[in-house]
Formats: sequence, structure tokens, C-alpha cells
Amino acid sequence: MITLSNVHKAFGANKVLRGIDLTVPKGTSTVVIGGSGTGKSILIKCILGLVEPDSGVITVDGVDVTTQPRDAFLARFGMLFQGGALFDSLPVWQNVAFRLLRGSLKRPKAEAKEIAIEKLRRVGLAPDVADRFPAELSGGMQKRVSLARAIAAEPEIIFFDEPTTGLDPIMSGVINDLIREIVAEIGATTITITHDMTSVRAIADQVAMLHAGKIRWAGPIGDLDTTDDAYVRQFVSGSPEGPIETLR
Amino acid sequence: MTRALASIGAAVLSSLAALGRFVLFALGTVSHLFRPPFYPKELGQSLLQIGYFSLPVVGLTAIFTGGALALQIYAGGARFNAEAVVPQIVAIGMVRELGPVLVGLMIAARVTSSVAAEIATMKVTEQIDALVTLSTHPMKYLTLPRVLAATMVMPVLVGIGDIIGVMGGYLVGTQRLGFNGAAYLQNTIDFLEPLDVYSSLVKGAVFGFIAALMGCYYGMNSGRGAMGVGRATKNSVVMAAILILASNFLLTEAFFSA
Repeated sequence: MITLSNVHKAFGANKVLRGIDLTVPKGTSTVVIGGSGTGKSILIKCILGLVEPDSGVITVDGVDVTTQPRDAFLARFGMLFQGGALFDSLPVWQNVAFRLLRGSLKRPKAEAKEIAIEKLRRVGLAPDVADRFPAELSGGMQKRVSLARAIAAEPEIIFFDEPTTGLDPIMSGVINDLIREIVAEIGATTITITHDMTSVRAIADQVAMLHAGKIRWAGPIGDLDTTDDAYVRQFVSGSPEGPIETLR
Repeated sequence: MTRALASIGAAVLSSLAALGRFVLFALGTVSHLFRPPFYPKELGQSLLQIGYFSLPVVGLTAIFTGGALALQIYAGGARFNAEAVVPQIVAIGMVRELGPVLVGLMIAARVTSSVAAEIATMKVTEQIDALVTLSTHPMKYLTLPRVLAATMVMPVLVGIGDIIGVMGGYLVGTQRLGFNGAAYLQNTIDFLEPLDVYSSLVKGAVFGFIAALMGCYYGMNSGRGAMGVGRATKNSVVMAAILILASNFLLTEAFFSA
């Protein structure tokens, strides 16, 4: 279980997170929605320690993340970045098996490649993709490779940052289905950042809406369409009319 | 008046903070030298990129500089009948100063810029964050191999540059200025002292360290977008060049001031 208690983060005068309180139960899929620039990505970067919160406490399974040994802590996580963040200089299979080729999870090269090809197959990519370089792949294929990398070491916790941004509706659907299937397979705890409502409905067990630096609303996916919260209703409907300012 | 003093104070504090960040970055890089895990494959690739692939640019820079130096010394020496000192002055000029400095500046242009641009692009595209989430320390994986490789390979490049530079002088001296080939080489060998060569190689190591470190530092601290990458690249090369020239003065002072 991941918990965030009163987490604050500011960049200069720009207060991005203003007291985040959120609980992500173990083995569930939580989707964080919210407008662009509301700090959704900063939220997960704070959990991973990529960004240091100004104040507040973040725990994973009841243990403060700042007190855990870094490598062992990060070994529990997988992350799909918004732009894929694949390493240009490495072939696809070495990207996927990056964690398996070094560090505490190191395996023999042949075994790591075998696992990488299997993970690529799992995300619908043929084995011949393994020896290509990221720049040779389409955006959708890069997202799938990034997804394969995120799941390669079968982590307990996976973060997906805008997994369908920039993809066509069909490819978005494919990615959403893959995420749902893989999460069910591994039994991982996940947090997905998105403003794509199709993804929200496909992926989420529970939804949290981030607005003005705080969790505005959180609840099960079933309550998303029936909530009285005007902010959530406006966001879900995509209407320019409502309490959320369109000029930010 | 108060406002002027405040702005000067702010600028001084900002500069000191930047210097502090840089020093911490340099110390952090060096400290990873003694802490596993190590990445020998990355070190090997950096040795190849920084060393082997820099050979053409080092060779061309050195041979033209050595040739031009011979012509200048001959022309200048003719004013007081000292044309015969061409081999000695080319040797001392190339080995003590021009070899290490020009190779250092060429490496700053070629390596510092590419390292800064590569790492800055990795930062902008979240590849650095991805490295961290994959339990890999970016300084250990990206910075240390490049800095270590540049420090190791630069003395070799400077040594090669020195030899090619002297040979440039030899070619001009024998083909254009009428020097006897054997006498030219003998004068060169007789005149050079071990300290000349040691200082040249030490300078090379220091300049390599500076060149790679500046590329990594500015890359890791780049701003967002294409402008951030461009600025990081430009600043890294400018700062590397300035630091190379400044440290060259200090090293020359340290080696030869007595």
C-alpha cells in the first residue's frame, strides 16, 4: 500500500503540490486525473524520489520511503514514462532487459535477452524488434517497448505516466488492454497518470482527481459518473463551462 | 545605492552557489570511482569515442600547428640571425604548450559538446529519470565512465599530438626551409627534457578531466527543451575552454616557474 500524507512541493513561487493525501491499496489500479500542469507527474516522481518533496510523508507498505535503501526500494518499481524514455544508444532488447543486465537483479546475457523477447511478445511485438534501435520504431511501438521494460523485472508497483498520449485511438485501446491484463497477471499495485477518460475507464479500480495542488476527489471508478463534485463532472464531461478555469 | 549593492551581492551569492554545485558534482564523480558497481563496458565505449575517434582531429590540428610554428619561428628568428633554433623552439612550443592546449581545446569542441548535448537530451527526454527508476545511478553510469576515459586517454592523445606537431615542423623545416632531416631530429631530441614531456602528459590528463566533467555537468543540469540543450552545450564548451586555458597557466606556473 502506498500512502501520501500532506505532501507539499513547490518550484520557486509555483506551489505544485499543496498537501496531497492519497492512499493506494495494494494490488489495485489507481488512476490520477487532472488538467495539464496540475502536478500529476510530480506526484509520482515524489514517490520514486526523483523529486524531493518539501514536506509530508510518503510510505510504501507502512515504511517511509526516505528511510529505505535506495536500490532495494527502486527494485520494487517499474515505470512507463510519458515519452517512453528509451535509451537511444541501446537496442530494444537491452532497453527491456536493462535491469536484468546489471545490479542486484543481474542475469546471464542470454537469459536476459530471452526474458526481454518474452516481454516484447507479451506486449505484442515480434522477436525481430529486439535487435532494432528505439529510433527505428513508431511511437506506438516505443510505448510498448517501454511497457515491456516496466514489467521486465515483474515489479510489485508500476507507474504509468500518460500511457496513451500521442497514440491513435486503436493503439490507445491496445495499450489500455495490455496494462489491464499485465497488471492482473502480475498482481501489481499501479498508479496511472492520465487525462484520457477512455484510459481511466479501462484501467482504473479507483480514481483520484488532482486540482489546485490537492486531491479534489477520490473514489471507486463506479462513482466517477455519479459524483456531485462539480470539478470532477466538468473534467469528465470535458466541458469548458464550470469551476475549472480554462486559462491557466 | 542599496539596490546596486543588493544586486551585486545576489550575483556573488549566485556565482558561489554555482561554484559549490560544480565542486560537489566533481567530488561526487570522483567518489564513484571507489564505489561499486562499475560499468567497464561504458568505460570501454567512452575510451573509443573520446580517444580513438578523436585521433583524426588531433592529428590534423597538430600537424598544421607544428608546420605553421616552424614557419613563424624561422621568419621571426631571421630578424636576428637565429633561424637555426627552429627545431628546438618547435619542440618546446609543441610539447610544453601548443600540443596539450590545442588538443585540449579540440577535445572541448568535439567531446565536451557531444557529451553535454547527449546527456542534456537524455535529461529532457526523461532518460535520466528512467535510469534512476532502473536502479542505476546516472553519475556512475554516465558521468564517471566519460570523465575517467577522458582523463586516461587525453595524455595519450596529447603525446600523439606532440609527436605529430613536431613532425609537422620537421616536414616544413626539411621540405621548405632547407634543414637537414637527421640534424633536425637530433636537435629536437637533444633539446627536450623529461619534464617537458611529463608536464605535457599531466596537462593532458587535467584537460581531459575538465573537458568531460564540464560536458557531464552542463548536460545533467540542462534546462528544458531544445533551447535548454543548446544552452547546456554552448556553456559547457565555453567553460571547458576557459578552464583549460586557466589551468594551463597554473600548471605552467607550477612546472616551470622556478
